[in-house]
Order: sequence, then C-alpha cells, then structure tokens
Amino acid sequence: MVENKRKLLQGNEACVEGAIYAGCRFYAGYPITPSTEIAEGMSVRLPKIGGRFIQMEDEIGGIAAAIGGSLAGLKSLTATSGPGFSLKQEALGYACIAEIPLVIVNVMRGGPSTGYPTGPSQSDIMQAKWGTHGDHPAIAVTPAYVQEIHSETVRAFNLAERFRTPVVVLYDETVGHMREPIILPPPGALEVIDREKVTCKPDEYFPYDERFEIPPLAPFGTGYRFHVTGLNHKKDGFPTNDSKQIGAGNERIMKKIDNHLDEIWKNEEVDLADAEIAVFAIGSTARSARYAVKEARSQGIKAGLLRPLTIWPFPDKAVTELSKRVKAIIVPELNLGQMVLEVQRCSKKAEVTGIHRVDGEPINPGQIIEAIKKAR
Amino acid sequence: MSTPVSAEKKEKISVPFDYNKYLRPNKLPHIWCPGCGHGIVLKAMLRAIDKAGLEKDNIALVSGIGCSSRTPGYVDFNTLHTLHGRALPFATGIKMARPDMKVIVVTGDGDALAIGGNHFIHACRRNIDLTVLVFTNAVYGMTGGQYSPTSPLGAIATTSRYGNVEPPFDTCEIAKAAGATFVARGTAYHTLELEKTIHEALAHKGTSVVDILDACPTYFGRMNKYKSATHMMETMEKDGTVSVKQVDKLPADKVQGKMLRGVLHKIERPEYCEQYASLVQEKAQGK
Amino acid sequence: MGEAAKKLPNIVINPKLCKGCSICVDFCPTNVLEMRGTCVAVKDLAACTRCQLCDLRCPDFAIQVFD
Repeated sequence: MVENKRKLLQGNEACVEGAIYAGCRFYAGYPITPSTEIAEGMSVRLPKIGGRFIQMEDEIGGIAAAIGGSLAGLKSLTATSGPGFSLKQEALGYACIAEIPLVIVNVMRGGPSTGYPTGPSQSDIMQAKWGTHGDHPAIAVTPAYVQEIHSETVRAFNLAERFRTPVVVLYDETVGHMREPIILPPPGALEVIDREKVTCKPDEYFPYDERFEIPPLAPFGTGYRFHVTGLNHKKDGFPTNDSKQIGAGNERIMKKIDNHLDEIWKNEEVDLADAEIAVFAIGSTARSARYAVKEARSQGIKAGLLRPLTIWPFPDKAVTELSKRVKAIIVPELNLGQMVLEVQRCSKKAEVTGIHRVDGEPINPGQIIEAIKKAR
Repeated sequence: MSTPVSAEKKEKISVPFDYNKYLRPNKLPHIWCPGCGHGIVLKAMLRAIDKAGLEKDNIALVSGIGCSSRTPGYVDFNTLHTLHGRALPFATGIKMARPDMKVIVVTGDGDALAIGGNHFIHACRRNIDLTVLVFTNAVYGMTGGQYSPTSPLGAIATTSRYGNVEPPFDTCEIAKAAGATFVARGTAYHTLELEKTIHEALAHKGTSVVDILDACPTYFGRMNKYKSATHMMETMEKDGTVSVKQVDKLPADKVQGKMLRGVLHKIERPEYCEQYASLVQEKAQGK
Repeated sequence: MGEAAKKLPNIVINPKLCKGCSICVDFCPTNVLEMRGTCVAVKDLAACTRCQLCDLRCPDFAIQVFD
C-alpha cells in the first residue's frame, strides 16, 4: 500500500500538486501577485514529468495558450489574480462557447484595479460568473483550506473535462499564502476524470453534435479535422447566422451545466441540523465563520455554517432549504456585498444580512459572533 | 498591361492545381469582396502546403479576427478561428502540446500588429516554430475601412478622413528586430513568387513571418482613388515593391520608397519547442 | 506544326464562384477573356497561351486553364 505523504505546503503549492495529480500537463500564464507561486511551482514540476510550461507575454496570452494546449489534448491550467482575471475574461468566454476544458485559478486580492495586491479579498465572486460578456455557463469552486485547494483543483479539472467547459478555482490571498500540513493522496485515492475519447469515424464526427448533451472533443491532430470558432456555430463548428441554431447552441452550453447541478454542487454543513442562525461563507471567511459558530454554540446560541465549495452555479437549493428552517442567514464576505445578493435571492423566509470588509484585513470571528448575537 | 509569367513558368508552374484537395466542400464562395487579394494569397498558400508535402491531419491553421482570419473556415485542416489579436498565443499552446504538428497562423495587419502586436514580437523572440502569414491590406476591412498600423501616411480611411497622420509599421523590420529567424515579403500580384516564399517559410524551423501585401479594393481602394483591384495590384504590389534579388542592380531612383520583396532575413537559432524538449529530457532523467 | 492542328486549351469558369472583379480579364496578356455582366467569359480561346495568369491571380477559385 502506498503511504499518504504528509507535507507542509502553502495554498498555492497545493494547487500545483492538485493540478499535477489531476493530470495537468500544460501551464501557460503570466506572473501576478498573489498567485505567482503557482506558475513558479508548475515551471519546476512540469518538465520533470514530461509536461510543458510557458510564461507568456501577458495574461491574455496565458489563457489563450492554455486553451490552445487543451485543444491539442493536454489538460491545461492558467493562474492569475484580479487584474489578470479581468484581462482573461474575453478568452474565458471563448472557452465557454468553443467548449474547451480549462482550469483558471484566481487568487483573489483587493481591488478594484491594481488595488491591494498583497491583501486578501473575495471581490471577484460576481466576476467569476458575470465577468465575460454574453450569457455563458460558469463553474467556480471555492476551497478554504490548503488540503482543499489540492482536492478542489483536482475536482476543477474533473468538472472541466466532464462538462467540456472552463472552471474557475477561486480562493482568497489568505488561503493561497497560508501554510498548513496536508496529506498528498496517492494515485487513485481521488477520482480523476480524463477526456472522453472520440471513437467514431472522422466523417461522422461533429465537435458540437447536438445529439450529445456534451459532445466529446477530439484533440487537434488526431485525424478528426474540424473547425473551432468563437462565433455562434453549427454542430460542425462553422459559423452560422441561423437564429434557430444560434439559440440552440447558446442554450445547450447553459443546459449542460443546469441539468447536472447536483453533480456540481458541493457544500459543507457545520452544526446546521438544529441551527436557528446560519452563516454562509467561503474561503478564509468561512474559517472565521467556523470558529464563530463553535463559539456561539458554546454560549448557547444555535448557530451553524453552510460553506459552499461550488459557488457557481450558485447553491440555490441548499440556501432555499436552509432559509426555510433558520431565522437568519449571515453572509460575511471580503467585498461590499456580492454573495449576499444571491443568498437574498434564494432565501424564502430567513432574514439575510451581510458582513462586509474591504480594508485588506480578514473578517475575524468576533465580527461574526457579534452578528450572530444580533440576529438572535 | 502585364508581363506573362514565362520567366517563372520555366521553374515548373504549379497550376492548374487541384485546390479541392485542400478546400472544405460547400464552403465557397468565400466571404471576401470582389477583387480582395486574400483569395489569391490563400491559393498560393495551398499550393505551397502541397509542395511541402504536409499531411492535412498534421496541420493546424490558426487565425485571429478580421477578413483574413476567416481563411481557416475554408480549408480542410485542424482549424481554429480565435480572438482578435490572439492567434499567436493560441497557436503557441497548440505547438507546445503537439510540437510534431505544423502550426500555421493566418492573421491580418491589424490583428497581428495592433491588437496582437505584443504576441507578435514575443512569438518572434521565442523563435517558436510557427509559420506566420500576415495578410497586409493596410485597412480594417471587417469593420468597414478604418486605418490600420500599416496604412501609409496620408491614407484615407473611415477614421482618417483627412489623411492618416500615423506613420506605418514595417512588419518585416519588426519581425527581424524581435528575433524571427525567417522574414520575407510577398504580394498577391507576384503569386508564384509568393507560393515559393511560403514554401520556404514552411520549411524553416523557427518563427517564420511572411508579410503579404494584398489589396482591399472595397475600402482602401475606393477611399484612396484606386480605379480597381487590378489598379491596386499594379501600383501598390507591382510598382510599389522591388525584389530583394534585384535591388542592388537597380539605380537608386528605381528603389526609392519601394518595399523589398522576397526572403529578407534568414538565420539559424535554436527553436523554442526543441529547447524545451531538451530541458524536459534533462529534467525527466532527474538531473 | 499547322495552326489547324493546334489543340485549344480548356478554360473552365465557375460562374457560381466568379464575383466579377475582372482581375483575370485585366491581366490576360492576350485578351482571351472579357466580362459579361458580373461574370468572366471566354472571348478568344485561340489566343490563349496557357500562361495561367488568370488562375494564379483569381481570388475566387473561379477560373482554371487545362490543356
């Protein structure tokens, strides 16, 4: 039996290990604080295992090369932070419409603009869904622990391949730069989904075959010659002006996600069974929230935590159900009100209030305990 | 009106050529306007690819956005129509993942040198094995005739109604300065010479850039008082250029203000993917 | 080599592809071609020297000259 390897790693280092575990063999990116350790790690690790790393001339080049690598058959990663995530948005939309699997890590720092590069933030949550123009599917996972950055990076690659779409790994600077002991799982311990192989004859292959909910993607250079474009296209990949086909294509790329929400959603629940006050939080804020909930419990307040590991698609069902049985939902987040809007949208009964902070400091447990007491 | 190609013909003329071997069925007529040079360039490219003996399955043709970037849609390769200016990084990703594939980039002057200018110089610097064909018509055709980074001073465009006040880039000089190891210029007028140049570019290991002058009669031509596509080809492409092979033999006044045609720069330098492969080999052995 | 025995070339024009730019007509050194409406047509086949310029400079895959 292979032993689990215990290591002390930084969040960004765990992301590198997760990506490699998932089978990522191509990284293209551009240096940016606070995500640079991912590029550095990939540049060291990839050549040793036959993978390829390239530092591109800019953020757009990073994601574009990663899409190219993926289309040519390698699981590909790019990593960035706020300003770079803004620059990558057009290509993110390209990967959505062209249906190219890809993982994009955004280690969130303070914004807007160059903002506060070394400070934590959770202000790109809405951008991860709404950043690129046009309607498009969005999957974003939100690890809160170093161990989880590893496993969620693996899950992000799995979701990208399974649903043939870009997936964002979203965590704040605090988690990205935190060091924690983690166990590196042996091969086989975590599920790894590889790209579905195309087996049909080349003349029967259509890259956007509407007979499939998620048509398999044949890598370039494998005998299936086809066309890929960012324009609305027909099943054969060629552009179309036909409104029926434009509509069908746009709807299919949304439905392939919407039809599988239960497969994509992932939540952790802490003390929610009998909770009267719930906290809804991600990333470093969820770590404060976990402490706050325990502390509130010790003071006799029935508090609990709902921690989504998939923030997009938004966990509507879990929040709606929760809202029917708790009095209040508190949403602490390192921004001026993003997730709270979604929680309010989904809440059927419970009072929803946010705790917001954008001064580059984390939300501490004390702030959350105070809010829990107030909501009681 | 023009000289026959008898001189060129001696070197085994490549036409009539079976273009259908490389064209996708039912995709023609293409979207380009009457007289647009892009079709002439496309034909030269296909003949060059044929001459190079490349396998269709092994070619990736990548483009950005614009008129010329519609080229991949017509040809039966692995084809990728990407974002405005970004053909080169997409192509870089493909080439790194599959160094065995022949990756050709088709891009316009605006696509390559304005919005994609940064990618252009860095691809050249890396000397990654990409064949970059820049279709230079000195105008943004797809959006209706705005001036481009290669529009000459004084050129009329929809965004330079009073004459362009920005000096143009020399694509070949940029490519050379940035580190491309094969730099050439051709025109749609000199179509057999262009075929030969592209063939040479395809055979080169490293970043090869071919700047191809071709006419946009619809926008550049009409706004700048050219009578026809033919008139543009004769004045801009034939009279406006001089072969690098003849330049030393001609008197100065015959060369003044003309662009050089032919292979302008060719050197050997380690190719990026090969360099990376040797790094991988070294590191994989645990060194 | 008698003129009568001279084999005429076969100029194939695809009217569905010709966009009528007249590049081939303008560059033909022996005036073989002419525009008829918006499509090229053969005016004087006997004058054709098979130089292939029409094909080489046709942007539209619309004309080819076969032996």
